[in-house]
Amino acid sequence: MRAEDILVPTPSGVCCKPGGFHIDPTRPVDKALITHGHSDHARPGHGAVLATQETLDIMRLRYGDDFAGSTQAVSYGETIKLGDTAVSFHPAGHVLGSAQIKVERKGMRIVASGDYKDLPDPTCAPFELVPCDVFISEATFGLPVFRHHDAPGEIAKLLRSVELFPERAHLVGAYSLGKAQRVIAMLRQAGYDKTIYLHGAMEKITAYYQNRGIDLGAVERVAGAKKSELAGTITICPPSAMTDLWSRRFPDPVAAFASGWMRVRARARQRGVSLPLVISDHADWDGLTATIAATGCSELWVTHGQEDALVHWAHMRGLKARPLDIVGYGDEEETENPAPADGEA
Amino acid sequence: MNRFAELLDRLAYEPGRNNKIRLIADYLRKVEDPDRGYALAALTGALSFKHAKAGMIRALIAERVDPALFALSYDYVGDLSETVALMWPADTAARPNKTPSLTDVVETLSTLGKTQLPAQLARWLDALDENGRWALLKLVTGGLRIGVSARLAKTAAAALGDKTPDEVEIIWPGLAPPYRELFAWLEGRGDKPLNIDPAPFRPAMLAHAIEDGDLDTLDATDFMAEWKWDGIRVQAVSGKDEKGGAVTRLYSRTGEDISKSFPDLLPSLRLPAAIDGELLILRDGRVQSFNVLQQRLNRKTVTAKLIAEYPIHLRAYDLLSQDSADLRDLPFAERRARLEDFIATLNDPRIDISPLVPFDTWKELIAARADPALGGAGPDAEAVEGVMLKRRDAAYLPGRPKGPWWKWKRDPMVIDAVLMYAQRGHGKRSSFYSDYTFGVWNGQDQLVPVGKAYFGFTDDELKEIDRFVRRNTVNKFGPVREVTHEAEAGLVLEVAFEGLQRSTRHKSGVAMRFPRISRLRWDKPPRDADRLETLEKMLDKGGEKVPA
Repeated sequence: MRAEDILVPTPSGVCCKPGGFHIDPTRPVDKALITHGHSDHARPGHGAVLATQETLDIMRLRYGDDFAGSTQAVSYGETIKLGDTAVSFHPAGHVLGSAQIKVERKGMRIVASGDYKDLPDPTCAPFELVPCDVFISEATFGLPVFRHHDAPGEIAKLLRSVELFPERAHLVGAYSLGKAQRVIAMLRQAGYDKTIYLHGAMEKITAYYQNRGIDLGAVERVAGAKKSELAGTITICPPSAMTDLWSRRFPDPVAAFASGWMRVRARARQRGVSLPLVISDHADWDGLTATIAATGCSELWVTHGQEDALVHWAHMRGLKARPLDIVGYGDEEETENPAPADGEA
Repeated sequence: MNRFAELLDRLAYEPGRNNKIRLIADYLRKVEDPDRGYALAALTGALSFKHAKAGMIRALIAERVDPALFALSYDYVGDLSETVALMWPADTAARPNKTPSLTDVVETLSTLGKTQLPAQLARWLDALDENGRWALLKLVTGGLRIGVSARLAKTAAAALGDKTPDEVEIIWPGLAPPYRELFAWLEGRGDKPLNIDPAPFRPAMLAHAIEDGDLDTLDATDFMAEWKWDGIRVQAVSGKDEKGGAVTRLYSRTGEDISKSFPDLLPSLRLPAAIDGELLILRDGRVQSFNVLQQRLNRKTVTAKLIAEYPIHLRAYDLLSQDSADLRDLPFAERRARLEDFIATLNDPRIDISPLVPFDTWKELIAARADPALGGAGPDAEAVEGVMLKRRDAAYLPGRPKGPWWKWKRDPMVIDAVLMYAQRGHGKRSSFYSDYTFGVWNGQDQLVPVGKAYFGFTDDELKEIDRFVRRNTVNKFGPVREVTHEAEAGLVLEVAFEGLQRSTRHKSGVAMRFPRISRLRWDKPPRDADRLETLEKMLDKGGEKVPA
C-alpha cells in the first residue's frame, strides 16, 4: 500500500481517488474538503463542500449563500466514510474552525494539516497532534530564521508603545480572518480594556467571532471617530490600509504589523513598518520540525512556502520527503496587491 | 540586555527624530545605572573595545547549524549578524536563567582577551532571545547603524533633566561611561559635573538663511560680512593638560572629534585657543572646490600620499577662547580684533583669517555676493558659497539664535527635470509618495535619471505630487511607482542644487549636490525640460555657479 494510492498531489491540490474528493483544491471540483476559511484554501464554486461549521460559515460570509452546491458540517473527531476511506477532522490551531484532515485506508494514515500552529491562541481550539504515516505540512515559515514563539511579548511591546506615545494612534496591520481577532483577544488577555477600533474590512468576521462566543471586549468601527479621539487608541486594519489614503485620518500614526514576516528586518522595512510585531498564525521553524517529529510519520509532503529547507531537514532525519509544488497556496501578501484585505500569514 | 535590545530595535525602525528622542529618554528614565550609562555610550559611539570580526561569527554558527540550512537562511535574510541572531540554536531548557546585562557585556569585553572572545560570545548568545542576540552582535561587531547621532542621544539625555542639549554638550568631554555623575545632575541628585577636558568642544553658533525681504529689516551698519566658504565647519582647540603638555583637537560642527582624520593640521595649533573656522584644501594658495575636499572626509586613517595631495588648511573666522579666557560673551567686533592679532602672532602657513567683505550699504554687499571675484575674494571666488552677516555687538551663542548671524548663499543652479519614479516616504510621510527620481533628455531623446530629491516642496505641493503619482502610475515595484514620463505627458520639476560632479555610479555620468524641488512646473510639457548637455556644460565650467 503506497500513500499515492490514497492521495495524489496535483497542481490544483491533493486528490483522493478512492474517496472521490479533493482537499483545499485551487480549482472548482465535485467534492472538496476544506481545512480552513482563508481564501487561498477555501474557494467558491465546488459541487459539495465538507468542512467544520465555522469554516462553512466563514465561506458563506465571504462568498455569499451559494458558494457551493451543497455543504456538510463535520465536527472535530467525527469519522465519516467517503468511498473506502475513513476521514476525520482535527483542530489545527490556525484560525477559528481550522482543521487537519486525516484520511485512512487499510491501515495507512495520511494527515493533511492545512495551515497550523502549535502555540496558544485564545480564539481557536488548540492544535491536536494526530499520529500518522504520511504528514502533509505547510512550510510558510520553513526556514530556521523564523521563530515567533513569544506573541505575548510582542503584545506587551505594543502596549508599551501606546503608553509612551499617548498622542499618537497605533495602527496594527493584521489579516482580517484570524490574526485580527487573535491580536484583539491577546490585548484583552494582557489587560487592555479600552475600545479597539476596526477598519471596515474587519467588521463582518470579527462580529462572527463574537457570535461564536469569543470575548473581544468593546470593538467599534473607526469610520465615525474624529481624528482627535483616535489619539492613544489602537486600530486593527488590513496591512494594505496602513500606507493607504485611509491612514491619514489618524493623528501621527505608528504603523505596526502583526505577522511572522516581521521577524526579518528587510521585510519589515520594505513594508514601511515602524513597530513590527512578530505574531504568526503559522507554525515557526521550531514548531514545524517538532510537530513533524511528533507525528511519528515516515514520510513528509510539503505543500507550500519555503519547502527546500524543510525537505532538506527531513532528509537529514531519515524521512522520505518531497515538495508537492501546488500552485496557488500561500501568502497573498507576497504579491503586493492592496485590494484583498484577507491574505494571511 | 533585553531592554537595550528593545530600544535598538525600536530606534532602527522609527524614522522620526522627536520620536527617537522620546524612545531614548524613556529608556534612560526607566533603566538603572550603570546599564543606562553604557547604553548612552553605545549610542554616542563612546564605547571602545576590540570588535568581533564577521569571520569569527561565521565560525561560531558553522559549529552549530547545518551548512545548507545556513546558506538558505543567509540568502533569505541577507545580513550575517541578523541571520546568526535568528537561527542560533536556542536550547531553552539549557538556557541560563540569568540573561547578561549590558553592563556585564561591556565590562567583560573591555578586558577580555581575543582568544576568549568566541566562547564568551557563544555563552551570551545561548542566554539571549532573537532580539537580544541581534543587539549583542550589533554591539560587538561595532556597527549599530540605527540612525541615531551622538547629538540625538545627548539631546535625549538632556531631556531627563529639562536641560538643553548644549548644556550636556559643554560638559560631555569631561565625562566617561557609565556617566553616573551626569545622570545624578540631570535627575537633581548631584552637582553639575565639571568639564575638566583641557581642549573641550564649545557648541557652535549657527546662522539663519536670509529670505526675501529680510535685508529691508536690517541696518547695514550693524553688521560685518565675511565670505561663506564651501568647506566644512570645524572647531580647532588647543589646551594644556595637568602636566603642561599640549592637547590639540579638531571637532566637527556637532562636536565629533575628527582629529584623527587631520593629523597634518594639529601641529599648527601651537597656542592655547579655540578657533571657529572652515576646513579647506589649499593648493598653491588657492582654495579648492568641495569636491576636492571630499577626498579627505570620513577617513579613519590618512596616508602620507593623501596628506601631500590634499593639503589641509584652516580659515579662521572666530576666536572662542584664548589662553584660559572664555571670549564668547564679548561682542563679535571685539572677538574679531583679537582673532586678527592671534592669527598674526601664530603666523602659521596652514591657518589664515577669513577676510571681511568691505561694504557700507546693502547695495554694495549685493554686488559683492553676485561677483565675489570683484568683491574681494579674488582667485578664491569659486570656493565662495555666499556671504555671512554677523552683528558687530553679538555674543557667541550656542545653537541657532535668530537675529545675530545670517547666511546668504549665492543663487543655486537650477534645471527643469521630469519626474520618473516616486517612492513612498517614511513615518509621517508613509502614505505619501515623497521621494522623487527625476531625469533629463539625452542625445537619443530618452529620459535618463540624474538625481533624487525628497524635500524643497511645501505640504500642499506634496499632496499635489502625491495625487499626480497615484493617478499616473504605469508600473509598481514594491514601494516605488514609475509614473508617466513622455514628451507630452508627465510632470516637470524645477530642481535646485548646489554643485555638480562627475559620477560613475550614475547612469547619466553626473551627480548633484544637495538637490531639492524648488518649483512644480505644471505649465511646462516634459519635452521642454532640460537636456543632459546642459548639465555637462555646467560641469565643464568646473562647478562654477551659473545664475538661476
